[in-house]
Amino acid sequence: MSNSIPNSASSDRLDASGAPAAIVRPASGTRDRVLLEIDGLSTHYVSGRGTRVVRAVEDVSLRINAGETLGIVGESGSGKSTLALTILRLLPPAARIASGRMLFEGEDLLAKSDTEMRHVRGKRIAMILQDPMASLNPLFTIGDQVSEPIRVHEGLGRSPAWRRARDLLKAVRIPSPETRLSQHPHEMSGGMRQRIVGAIGISCEPRLLIADEPTTSLDLTIQAQYLNLLRDLQREHGLALIFITHNLGIVAKMCDQLAVMYAGRMVEAGPVREVFRAPSHPYTRALLSSIPRMSDSRRRLTAIDGQPPDLAALPPGCAFAPRCVSVMERCRTAEPPETRDSGRSVRCWLANGELPKSNGAL
Amino acid sequence: MAMRSEAVPLTSRTDFIRGLEGFPVLPVLILLGIAALAIFAEILAPHDPEIGKLAARFRPPAWQTGGSVEYLLGTDHLGRDVLSRLIYGARVSMVVGITAVLVAGALGTALGIISGYLGGWTDQIIMRITDTWLALPALTFAIFLTAIVGPSEINIIIILGAVYWTRYARVIRGEVLSLKEREFVRLAIVAGCSKRTIMLRHILPNVINSAIVLGTLMLGVVVVTEAALSFLGVGVPPPKPAWGLMLADGKKGLMVGYWWLTVLPGTCIMLMVLSANLLGDWLRVKLDPQLRQL
Amino acid sequence: MASYILRRVGYSLISLFLLSLTIFLFVRVTGDPTTLLIEPGASQADIDAMREQFGLDRPIWVQYWSFMASLLQGDFGQSFYYRTPVLELYLSRLPNSLLLALAAMAFSLLIGIPSGILAAVRVGRFWDRAGKVFSLLGLSLPSFWVGLVLILFFSVYLGWLPSSGSGTIWHLLMPAFALGWYFAAAHMRLTRSSMLEVLGSEYIKLARLKGLPESLVIAKHAFKNALIPVLTLAGINLVIMINVAVVVETVFAWPGIGRLLYEGITFRDFPVVQAVVLLGGAMIVVVNLLIDILYAVIDPRIRLEA
Repeated sequence: MSNSIPNSASSDRLDASGAPAAIVRPASGTRDRVLLEIDGLSTHYVSGRGTRVVRAVEDVSLRINAGETLGIVGESGSGKSTLALTILRLLPPAARIASGRMLFEGEDLLAKSDTEMRHVRGKRIAMILQDPMASLNPLFTIGDQVSEPIRVHEGLGRSPAWRRARDLLKAVRIPSPETRLSQHPHEMSGGMRQRIVGAIGISCEPRLLIADEPTTSLDLTIQAQYLNLLRDLQREHGLALIFITHNLGIVAKMCDQLAVMYAGRMVEAGPVREVFRAPSHPYTRALLSSIPRMSDSRRRLTAIDGQPPDLAALPPGCAFAPRCVSVMERCRTAEPPETRDSGRSVRCWLANGELPKSNGAL
Repeated sequence: MAMRSEAVPLTSRTDFIRGLEGFPVLPVLILLGIAALAIFAEILAPHDPEIGKLAARFRPPAWQTGGSVEYLLGTDHLGRDVLSRLIYGARVSMVVGITAVLVAGALGTALGIISGYLGGWTDQIIMRITDTWLALPALTFAIFLTAIVGPSEINIIIILGAVYWTRYARVIRGEVLSLKEREFVRLAIVAGCSKRTIMLRHILPNVINSAIVLGTLMLGVVVVTEAALSFLGVGVPPPKPAWGLMLADGKKGLMVGYWWLTVLPGTCIMLMVLSANLLGDWLRVKLDPQLRQL
Repeated sequence: MASYILRRVGYSLISLFLLSLTIFLFVRVTGDPTTLLIEPGASQADIDAMREQFGLDRPIWVQYWSFMASLLQGDFGQSFYYRTPVLELYLSRLPNSLLLALAAMAFSLLIGIPSGILAAVRVGRFWDRAGKVFSLLGLSLPSFWVGLVLILFFSVYLGWLPSSGSGTIWHLLMPAFALGWYFAAAHMRLTRSSMLEVLGSEYIKLARLKGLPESLVIAKHAFKNALIPVLTLAGINLVIMINVAVVVETVFAWPGIGRLLYEGITFRDFPVVQAVVLLGGAMIVVVNLLIDILYAVIDPRIRLEA
């Protein structure tokens, strides 16, 4: 079922560091197919007796097309990881999907039974977690863990699955894959482990790969290599990629589309270039004003005053109001609605129904 | 130097009352009931627990054929009334149990605080001893000690205290180690308080919670150990009606089916221990969630 | 790793030293150890002779030294009652206790592990609550009482099983159950909490993300990892079982070292009592050491760290 997109991306240029410098445009036709469509999704965590409700994700809508890369940006607690887990319907028992719709390749994800979701996970939508050491089971070999999803989803026997695993390790550029297959996670370096997790992710050729802060635990020098790897894998396999990160530099390099989350809400979304050039939301503006360079990607975004709000006790009105430099009276009393216009959206009273004009939007 | 303890506030009264949810009513009632039996034994027991009529040996409980209301729960091999012995036995269990727990608790908490706070050689020595004594199973150790000093109620209490203080010391020391790093202790040091003052006024009130929880949990363990010792014949000496001793006597009639001599004292032990454990569990959750690992 | 092992051995030696010292001092705490170390009914001449032999008139550290010397040579004294060297007596009874402990351990693991897993997987629901009840009962029912009630049922009322002695598997069943009961609850508790911890880990999350069926996630990924602390505890508990089997062995007249201890106190055979306590404690210290070393060797992660 491999859907490799013919690589006619002529606008590719590699800059001096070997990283792609431009956004890849896959062959036309596939791009326009909507892969994942989320509408008004809300996920709440309800404590024991229903007294405390944490609105981890609130009224989020987004859309990602086949082969696209979407970056989801936000501080810790903004709901990005919860959003990812909601898509895969792997939430802890205390969480409830309160409202919304999720369509993947036209299929309603919320209507699926647990068994059906199981067939989606790993096979059609895969996810990479942040900490590779913790993600791998210390007691089992690499070969076992990489071939496992293949055996489960495609019913392959041990030897053929093992061979596929070896090819996967090669694909993620791990040297001497044969030896690695029979080793254990603790015998690898951090960078290698993260690649292995990546290999597991693409093992069954999913259409969508969600990467939750995949480079945060990596050394600086390895981060660039890893991102390039993801890039290449995406191109070769025609993957759509959702990149969850708090690092705008990565978004700038990797992503076509950008979604900014704050306190569980999506406050701004649109094509990366345009949002970067003309951000509409004050939060986005503040984030961009401290955008780090790739070489400095460790620096945290500390330019904004104040703390993220307690999601169980949100103030009325806009969640960002207490920290907003352009705050108005209206912001404190009423939550701004989402304004959408030609591929961009903003949740802010300032927008007042108008967005900065985009030029040549995708 | 008298310094007001700016310690982490212990559960205040209002919090406590609000936190009474899930209160283990039945266990506490049972424990209070046993205590009442212990205190009012003279009034409640229908017969003398230590003197029996040989003519009335091995009478079954009142609801079985051969039983009578006079001996509600039957009699033992010496014609002694089981009910009365059970009631007086409650006194033994309560007295021995609670006192031993207090002794072990006082000793263990004190040594735990000293060891944890002073550190250095004192700590090493006390900890080595604690580890070694902890390695020795309590029952074996207790038996050994009774073989040396001979059984009597007082001796048993002291022995149980000597065997179980190590449990406290370990836990309390752990708490003290983390308390040492807290602000209010450092402030006290800076203010020039003596070590003794700090340990007494600042550290002690903060470990009391753990000591109490541990105490209720230990009560069950101590009662079982005391029963085991009495069962083996090295606990509270006859003719005092310790429940464990009743079990030992009961064994004599077991093979012929005199079930009440075994089941009844054992049930009493079980009720007391169960109640203590349930109370301890509830206290642990209420007073300090950090103690979950106990 | 070598330094780790050396350190551990060092600690164990200190523990053994302290153990023997404690026992030694306690025996002399009453002032006159002859009352204990000498057969009841011995004549004054015998007593004086014994004093000489034990060097009871010599300074305490000399006494301790000769005490340790004889221990290390395997001389634990002579049993008053059996008139044989105590060590011999002990070693002859040890296999019986070991057998009982193994049976009890098997029982406790067979009940404890599955129920612990079930409780963790169904946390908060029926099986978990049933598990909590079981756990409480395990803690609160003294092992000897369980034994007595079992005898009442299975020997007296039903007549199926023999109430005392040893020799056949039927003799083993009830004592093993009584002894293992408490530990079954302990193992269930540990399995449950270990399993819960493992189930919350990242690699389990990833296993689910891979789309693996839940049964595979639990049986393959969670199970092995959760079992590690349980088996460690089981190893230590085995030795503890041997030592705390006193009452169960007494109830069932099982000829192990627990019963030996009982005989020792009943017949005022102090050398026996002293030896059982000493050897019991030493056994536990040594087994703890062996388990720690075994882990250092097996678990590659510790090897790398240490």
